[in-house]
Amino acid sequence: MSDTDATNAEAESEPSGAAGGTGAPTTEEPSTRLDLGSGGPDVSEQYPLQVDGLRKTFGGITAVDDASFQVERGTLTGLIGPNGAGKSTTFNLITGMLTPDAGTVTFDGEDITGQRPHAIANKGLVRTFQIARELRDMTVLENLMLAPKAQRGEALWRSVTPGFRDDVVEQEEELLERVWNVLEFFDIDHIAEEYAGNLSGGQRKLLEMARALLTDPDMLLLDEPFAGVNPSLEKRLLEHVHELREQGYTFLLVEHDMDLIMENCERVIVLHQGQVLTEGSPAEIQANEEVIEAYLGGNV
Amino acid sequence: MSVRDDVADRIPGGDAGLIVVVLLALYAVYILVGVGLGYSVRGQLNTIAVLTFYIGVFAMLALALNLHWGYTGLFNIGIVGFMAVGIYVMALVSKPLYGSGGAAQVGGLGLPLVVGIVAGMVAAALLGALVALPALRLRADYLAIVTIAMSEIVRFSFLSGELQQFQLFGERVGFGGGSGLILDFTNPLEAFFAFFGLWDAYLGFVDAFTVIIPNNPKPVVDGLVYGAVLLGFVAAFFWLLKRTGESPFGRVLKAIREDEDVANSLGKNTNRFKIKAFMLGCALMGLVGILWLMTSGAVTPNFFRPRITFFVWIALIIGGAGSNTGSVLGGAVFAALLYQGPRYLKNLIDTVIPNADAPSSFGPAVAPLVSNFDPAPLFFYTIDSVRQLQLVIMGLVLIWLMHNRPEGMLGHRKETAAGIPLTASRARGTASTDGGDAGGEVDE
Ligand SMILES: Nc1ncnc2c1ncn2[C@@H]1O[C@H](COP(=O)(O)OP(=O)(O)O)[C@@H](O)[C@H]1O
Ligand SMILES: [Mg+2]
Repeated sequence: MSDTDATNAEAESEPSGAAGGTGAPTTEEPSTRLDLGSGGPDVSEQYPLQVDGLRKTFGGITAVDDASFQVERGTLTGLIGPNGAGKSTTFNLITGMLTPDAGTVTFDGEDITGQRPHAIANKGLVRTFQIARELRDMTVLENLMLAPKAQRGEALWRSVTPGFRDDVVEQEEELLERVWNVLEFFDIDHIAEEYAGNLSGGQRKLLEMARALLTDPDMLLLDEPFAGVNPSLEKRLLEHVHELREQGYTFLLVEHDMDLIMENCERVIVLHQGQVLTEGSPAEIQANEEVIEAYLGGNV
Repeated sequence: MSVRDDVADRIPGGDAGLIVVVLLALYAVYILVGVGLGYSVRGQLNTIAVLTFYIGVFAMLALALNLHWGYTGLFNIGIVGFMAVGIYVMALVSKPLYGSGGAAQVGGLGLPLVVGIVAGMVAAALLGALVALPALRLRADYLAIVTIAMSEIVRFSFLSGELQQFQLFGERVGFGGGSGLILDFTNPLEAFFAFFGLWDAYLGFVDAFTVIIPNNPKPVVDGLVYGAVLLGFVAAFFWLLKRTGESPFGRVLKAIREDEDVANSLGKNTNRFKIKAFMLGCALMGLVGILWLMTSGAVTPNFFRPRITFFVWIALIIGGAGSNTGSVLGGAVFAALLYQGPRYLKNLIDTVIPNADAPSSFGPAVAPLVSNFDPAPLFFYTIDSVRQLQLVIMGLVLIWLMHNRPEGMLGHRKETAAGIPLTASRARGTASTDGGDAGGEVDE
C-alpha cells in the first residue's frame, strides 16, 4: 500500500496526511485496520467540532434553538432526542446544507459557519443522510470510486488529453484498490457490481457509510445509520464504528434506540425542542429526570 | 430491450460495429429505393451526400446534448442559439476585410478559418457560462427556461438592425440583419486540403470521377467528401465524450445527475463541474453550427428557430439518453428516417408520378374520397404537405417511444463512469495474490 500513500499525500492539500499523529497504532493490528491510503484521521484538536448558539427557524417553527455543544476527538458521541427535536436540522446546519439564522460552527479550530457543503466535506467533516441516498443508477463500485477527494481525473482536461490520461488511469487503479479494502472491511464485496438502486435498505446504509469513509474524513456525522437495518447487520456496523473510533476517527451519531446509545457511546447530547437539554456520560443521562420526561412527553 | 441487446452482442466490433451496421442499413435502403426508381448515378451520389451530411450534424448534436442531459441532467433547450453564435462569430472573424472585393455588405476580420472556428466555439462556450452561471444555482427547470429564451434572444439579436453593421478594430463588420450574411470566406474544403498541400491532388481525384459522372462532377464529389469529413468529426466527438464520461470527471457528472446533494456532501464542487460540462457541450454545439453552415454560402437568423433544438432532442430520445453509441444511432436514424425520409419519399413520388396535381386544401382533397371513393387526391395532398406531415410523424414516433421504449434504442445500457473497468473479478485476483492471511481475516 506504500505507493497509495504516496499518491494520496501528493494529491491532497488537506492537512490530515501531514499531521500523521496516528502513526503509532497503524502497525499494531493490520488485520482489522481499515487502510484508506492516508495517515488516518487528524487528531490535533481535542474538540474538533464546536457548535455555539446555533439557531434555525422554518416559518413559525424553531427547529434548532440556541444549541451549543462540542464533540471530543476520538469519541463516539450520541445525539439523541425525540422525533422533531432538531437533530437532522443540526446536521444540515453543521455540514452547510442549511445556513443558520444565528450561531457558529467551528471545525478543527476554524469557523466554518455558512460555508458550502463541498468545502466543509473537504475539510474532513462528512455526513451520511437519515434516508440513505445511494446513487441508484451507479454500481456500488462507482458509488465508492466517486468518494475519494482530489482525484486527478476530476480535471476534465487531464481526463481527455492523451498522455495525461495515463496518470488518471494509474490513480484510478490505486483508488480501486482502496475501494476494495473498504468493500471487504464492510463485507459488501459480493455486491460490488450491483446497481445501488437494487440494494436492500441495510446494504444502502453500509454503502453510505463506506462512501463517506472513502472521502478520508476526520469526523463522521451519522444520521440514524441503523434505522431499517437488521439486528445482525447493526451489530456488525457498530463493530466497524468502534474499530474506526479506535483508529482515531470521531463520530457524532444520531440514533433513536436509547439502549444502543447507552451501550456504545462515551458521551451523549440530548436535544429537545431544538435546545440542548443536557449532556453527559450514558449513566448520567439515564439518571436524568428531565431526559426521561422529555422522552415520555414526546413519543418514546 | 433484450432482443436489441442480443442483436448488438452478435455484431462484431461492439459499439463501433453496431453504428457501422446501422449506417450501412440506412444507406442500403436509400440506394435500393433510388435504384428501383431508376435514379442516375449523380442523383444517387447526391442523395448519399445529403444523407451523410444530416446524419453527421444530428449525430454530433445528439452527442453534445447527451453530455448535457444524459450525463449531467442539464436541461438545455437552447441548442440552436449556441449553433447560431458559433457560425456568426466564426463568420465575423474569418470573412475577408470589407472592401477587399466581392459583393458583401459587410466584411469580417479576415483571419484564417481555423481561428474563426475556434473563436466561434469559444464564443458559444462563453455564452453557455453566461447563461448557466445564474441558472445552475436555481432549480433544474430554470435552466430550460433560460436556455430557450437565450436562443430566441440570439436569433432576434442577429435579426436586429443595430448589429447589421458596426465597427470592430477599425473594420466594417456586422451580422447582416434579417437579409442574412454572405459567407464569402475561402471554400472550407479547399482550405482544408490546401492546408495539407493536397488541393491539386484533390482536384485530380475529382477529375477521376468524370468516368461515372461525365459533366461537372465537382459539386457531387465535394458533397461526398464533406460528408466524410463530418463523419470524421462524429468520430472525434465520440472519442472525446467517451473519455469524458469514462473518467473521474464523468463520474461526478453522473453523481450530479443522480443526486447533487450527495456529490456535494462528498466534497465535490458540483457547480464547477456543471459549468464545465455545460460549456464543453455548448462549444461542441457551436462547432456543429459552424460545420452545418460554413459551406452553405450564406446564413440567415431565421434558420435558427427552436425546431432544430427539438429535432436534436428527438434524436437523443430515439437513441437513448446516457449512451454515446445511442446518441450517434439516434442522430443517424432521425436524420435518415424522420428528417430526410419524408422529403426523399416526396421526391420519389414526384418522379414516379410527375404531373399529379395536388389539391390546394384539405376540403377538395377529402371530397372525392367521400363522394366516389377516390383516395388519390387525398394521397397527393398528403404528399404535397410532407413538411407539415414530418412534424406529425415525429410527434407520433415520440408518443410511441414514450409508451413502449422510454429509454430509447440504447439508453439504460449504463456506461461505466471510470477510467478503468470496474469489475468484481479484479478483487478476486488481488485477494489471492495478497496471500491467504490477508484475505481470510477481512471481517468475520
Ligand atoms: N426543510 C424544512 N422545512 C420546514 N420545517 C422543517 C424542515 N426541516 C425540518 N423541519 C422541522 O423542524 C423540526 C426538526 O426537524 P428535524 O431536524 O428533522 O428533527 P429530528 O431529526 O430530530 O427528528 C421539525 O418540526 C420539522 O418538521
Ligand atoms: Mg431526523
